[in-house]
Amino acid sequence: MALKGLDIFKLTPKKNCKECGFPTCMAFSMKVAQGAVEITKCPHISDDVVAQLAEATAPPMKTIKIGAGDEEHQLGGETVLYRHEKTFVSKTLYATTVCDCKDDAENDAILERMKKIDYERIGEREYVELVYVNHADGKDGYVDLVKKADATGRTLVLGVKDVDLAKAALDVVKDKKPILNGADASNYEAMSNLATEYGVVLGVTGANLDELHDTVEAIEKLGNKNLILDVGTESVKDAFKNAVEIRRACLKNEDRTFGYPSLVNIGRLAAGDKTMQAALASLFTLKYGSVVVFEEMDYAQALALYGLRQNVFTDPQKPMTVEPGIYPINGATADSLCATTVDFALTYFVVSGELERSGVPINLIIQDAGGMSVLTSWAAGKLSASSISKFIEEEIKDKVTCRKLIIPGKVAVLKGELENKLPDWEIIVAPNEAVQLVKFLKDLTA
Amino acid sequence: MAFKAATQKFGSSINAVELGVGDKKITLGGENVFPLYTFDDAIANSPKVGVELTDLGIDDTLPELKEFYAGCDTIADQAKKAATMEGADFLSLRFEGADPNGENKSTEDCVAIAKEVAAAVDLPIVICGCKNVEKDSELFSKIAEAVPDKNILFLACKEENYKNVGASVGLAYKQKVGAESAVDINLAKQLNVVLTQLGVNAGDIVCNVGSATAGYGFEYVVSTLDRIKSAALSQGDGDLQMPIMTPVASETYNVKESLASEEDAPEWGSREARAVEMEIVTATACIASGSNAVILKHPQSVATVSKFVKELM
Ligand code: B12
Ligand code: SF4
Repeated sequence: MALKGLDIFKLTPKKNCKECGFPTCMAFSMKVAQGAVEITKCPHISDDVVAQLAEATAPPMKTIKIGAGDEEHQLGGETVLYRHEKTFVSKTLYATTVCDCKDDAENDAILERMKKIDYERIGEREYVELVYVNHADGKDGYVDLVKKADATGRTLVLGVKDVDLAKAALDVVKDKKPILNGADASNYEAMSNLATEYGVVLGVTGANLDELHDTVEAIEKLGNKNLILDVGTESVKDAFKNAVEIRRACLKNEDRTFGYPSLVNIGRLAAGDKTMQAALASLFTLKYGSVVVFEEMDYAQALALYGLRQNVFTDPQKPMTVEPGIYPINGATADSLCATTVDFALTYFVVSGELERSGVPINLIIQDAGGMSVLTSWAAGKLSASSISKFIEEEIKDKVTCRKLIIPGKVAVLKGELENKLPDWEIIVAPNEAVQLVKFLKDLTA
Repeated sequence: MAFKAATQKFGSSINAVELGVGDKKITLGGENVFPLYTFDDAIANSPKVGVELTDLGIDDTLPELKEFYAGCDTIADQAKKAATMEGADFLSLRFEGADPNGENKSTEDCVAIAKEVAAAVDLPIVICGCKNVEKDSELFSKIAEAVPDKNILFLACKEENYKNVGASVGLAYKQKVGAESAVDINLAKQLNVVLTQLGVNAGDIVCNVGSATAGYGFEYVVSTLDRIKSAALSQGDGDLQMPIMTPVASETYNVKESLASEEDAPEWGSREARAVEMEIVTATACIASGSNAVILKHPQSVATVSKFVKELM
């Protein structure tokens, strides 16, 4: 951390009274610097100093909370620039935009389409978490639009620079803890006071990084440290530069002024260009966008991006696994067909999802494959004819009466050997991809 | 305190490798900064976009693709057409049909196709194999011999066949060697080490360090790319400074999001849109993590990814 033992020593009363359990204030300070003891173990330290230290020893990037209740989300709090160093902790959130520059029917339609994107992937609900409510200069009806967007239950980002209008909008939705995205060098004081008064996160932007840095410093001086940094919409190149430089300044150079999550409005960077927005969303999901704002995210984009996000924001050390055993699907009983796959959570969810869709009662047999995908575990020697047959002999054969075993197409090569090792079983090779299972099972059971 | 930018310009750089000949030749790599970080230093050679073709013809289940290639009778016709795609920098010809466990096309037939394609277009050409290492060795060697003057990249020299492919493609015929490994920095490095020990010039190697689709184990691809670029640039590891090419379409079209029919998944909308978005999202994520080139299939994806790169340069 930033503070060294000597810095801490300067803050102690230097009494060497030993009440903290250490022989001298200096010895105590060294331990505090290492994080081995709490500063509060010295009874003579003032509250002011404790607060000062908490600040200085806090992680460089703040964790910011937005939204309320079930819709509360966490942004920031990252400690590394690359996921192989340590898990990324706060996944990128996506937003769809409504605007008072569009008519009611259009905004309604956007929100209706947004609500349709709502599904589960590997145990996680995937939906558009945020609605960006934009105010265009000279347009009326902003507060009504905020109400309309709020009715979806999603957390809002209020894109408004006018202080009075911002206040009117916050009067409606302050309890839902939206982001107020509207501060810049010209209006930050009034905006920051408003955000503090209503207890919401303030979005700050600047013409360039120098200006943004100065503005954030000025806002922090007002006592507001509940911020998110808008990387701007000057150009794609500029927005990317800003997103990277902000995160790097904070995590590599411990510049705490930039120790906040960031917001990227790709809808504005690539207005009217749907596929370009998908490309940019992918870039900013990997490189440091905490909130990514679309003009309108569609289902096709969601399917790809939520998959990417789910992959990237995972623990790099241990793959997610499911317990080995028999998983009866569609009301399968002992005499139903058997199919087998690996214990890698991703594979399990993809395969079991398709099996459910087929409607065919089936016992899915999961064996211990070290938490790896079909081909990976096969290449690693963890999924073999011996491992499958051993598992079937020891754990399965007494629990099921059916003697038909469906194996994944990607390991079709195991068929012959399995037939030798499990002579009373019929080994059936399935297609390569789980998506082909529905048709395959229909044909098989026809 | 005023803001101080922390630029990261390195003393080491990625090797610059030329593919193709003449006006349309391209250079992969050469940069001394992290992917797309033009604010740290200029990137002379932007990431490139290739078009995937296979000897089995085009995917006619996608309406726009079918329309795009309408009237193309031969693979050479398709190659000519593909070369007109907006944003296409090179073509990749995959010999799926050569697989002994599949159509088992003869090496002679494949060589003939490769010759026709090479004669039809002036874009640089990448030849991909059929996944069978013995067949690939033979195929690559024969094509490298039959098409000597196009500076072709052969993208599937693996641990199992690097001696043959390296010796023929790299040493005997002086073409470019594509070293393919399985999503692991050590495997990538190992293959580069043995290839250079064999005598292949490091400047003639392009790597495929493995690929996956977004949502399907893709985090390993990201981390492998991140780690390789970091080792190459910040630690100056010469065994990892080869530019990286990632086949994307050959992965992304296999997953449910791209495959499921509209009857099967009505709420998901157009199948073509899903396939395209999956290609774009995966390709741009590869580029953002360090791929110097990606291989795509759909004209919309090629155009978008190419525009994406231009806007960031
Ligand atoms: C991520 C990854 C890894 C990760 C593993 C992460 C994990 N938890 O699995 C790591 C980096 C650890 C890894 C390591 C290795 N890997 Co690896 N890896 C991959 C990668 C990129 C993605 C795998 C993935 O997650 N797929 C997604 C899951 C969902 O796929 P799946 O399990 O196959 O399931 C699908 C289908 O099989 C089907 N399905 C599954 N079950 C069933 C059942 C039925 C009944 C049906 C019908 C369908 C079905 O449904 C799913 C969707 O369609 C692939 C390349 C690729 N693009 O696939 C290489 C790949 C699998 N790896 C490979 C190799 C060689 C290895 C290593 C042996 C390398 C080495 N020498 O060290 C090691 C082995 C591990 C070890 N020794 O510890 C090779 C395998 C080559 C081969 N054909 O045999 C591949 C194909 C890469 C390549 N092109 O060379 N790998
Ligand atoms: S209790 Fe406080 S004042 Fe006393 S020795 Fe410890 S640090 Fe110093």
